[in-house]
Amino acid sequence: MLKLRVIPCLDVKNGRVVKGVNFVSLRDAGDPVEQAAVYDAAGADELTFLDITASHENRDTILDVVSRTAEKIFLPLTVGGGVRTTDDMRRLLLAGADKCAMNSAAVSRPDLISEAARKFGSQCVVVAVDARQSAPGKWEVFTHGGRTPTGMDAIDWCKQAAERGAGEILLTSMDRDGTGSGFDLDLLRAATQAVRLPIVASGGVGTLEHFVEGAKAGATGLLAASVFHFGQFTVAQVKQALTDAGLPVRPSPAPFQVSQTS
Amino acid sequence: MAQPLSIAVVDYEGGNLASAARAAMRAAELSGLNASVIITNEPAEVRRADRIILPGQGAFADCAHGLEAIAGLKDSILQAVAKGTPFLGICVGMQLMAERGLEHGVTEGFGWIAGEIAPMDAPGLRLPQMGWNELDLHRPHPLTQGLGPAPHGYFVHSYALRNTTDDVLLASADYGGSVPAIVCRANVAGTQFHVEKSQTVGLKILANFLAWQPEATF
Repeated sequence: MLKLRVIPCLDVKNGRVVKGVNFVSLRDAGDPVEQAAVYDAAGADELTFLDITASHENRDTILDVVSRTAEKIFLPLTVGGGVRTTDDMRRLLLAGADKCAMNSAAVSRPDLISEAARKFGSQCVVVAVDARQSAPGKWEVFTHGGRTPTGMDAIDWCKQAAERGAGEILLTSMDRDGTGSGFDLDLLRAATQAVRLPIVASGGVGTLEHFVEGAKAGATGLLAASVFHFGQFTVAQVKQALTDAGLPVRPSPAPFQVSQTS
Repeated sequence: MAQPLSIAVVDYEGGNLASAARAAMRAAELSGLNASVIITNEPAEVRRADRIILPGQGAFADCAHGLEAIAGLKDSILQAVAKGTPFLGICVGMQLMAERGLEHGVTEGFGWIAGEIAPMDAPGLRLPQMGWNELDLHRPHPLTQGLGPAPHGYFVHSYALRNTTDDVLLASADYGGSVPAIVCRANVAGTQFHVEKSQTVGLKILANFLAWQPEATF
């Protein structure tokens, strides 16, 4: 049986983690690679890096972070932020990313989704949809880190992304993001009913119950940043809460054992 | 000191080569094995290698054509396998071991294992299958030893092997029915899931592959 994915997200700016918690085990709390290693050991099912580097000149720092992470950690890694072209994607994939999340660039040129899917396969094309409620049962797509309204309907955009070959939707509720009041379950239900793609829910987690609600609303990936960064919950606690609710999770894998040679 | 075990990760622009190479290297380190990994599209290097890993991502037809586009590359794999070199296909690399693929038209595979690569049904479930699924091990095998309780692999696919024979199935996973997860025949093996992204379970399978002494040659 397929398991729900618990996905810690690291916001990375100029190669450093923003709002990282000072885990005791870390030599350098600002190093995304060290934080990623902590989540890896803690049983995370995937990792997401969101590159919020402001200037284009510093973009190469994320490549270095991805490459150093991929050397140490054998978990699927999604990278989003600043992905504008298939060349950007190629660089990230070569550095060790498994999936690239695109948002603004896909909205301004939806052909980018189909081009990326054709070039690299749908499995590494994630369309990140930042949605804000505009009316009951209606959500509008925003771009550029939530600053720019597009007038586009979020559910229609999810459908279009699916038709163009996206392999996954990363669906963020801007109304809930950072509030700790839980995922926007109506938005999640509307999107999971509209498309068959796996949907990663993002934005709003504040309690363990919120993860359970997100899964029950149809999300197969549950992404959170703050609750993990600030040490509010561990990945293990989230998985225990999901298990207690009768939902499927992956147990922490056994450590690598060297086989006995006879 | 003995020559390091040479591992060729076949480069035909078919996917996440760097990850497969890094994971193979890490698997060698963890098992205390002296190994060297090269990413190559040189037929001579593939023929010389002690182990061949064929990754693959995207569509079956694109991968099959990509492999054939490099002169002599496919033949070098066939020759190496015929002389007994252990081979591991990952994801579409595993799918290429089948008789044919039905993605974007009918395309011939290596034909090492029976069956074809067809769209998954998975009624009521999301497609692609994306995430960790539990491996149901069908019988003991050197490639799947030491995986620990309830091993999981990381899957990303919407096409799967069907109409194969039970004798090649080492493991399956349940996704709206039984999905072949690990196949093996003589000295060729493949995993539908991404061993290079499956944490210790994947590294252990890779380590097992590096240590594998197949009893038969294809």
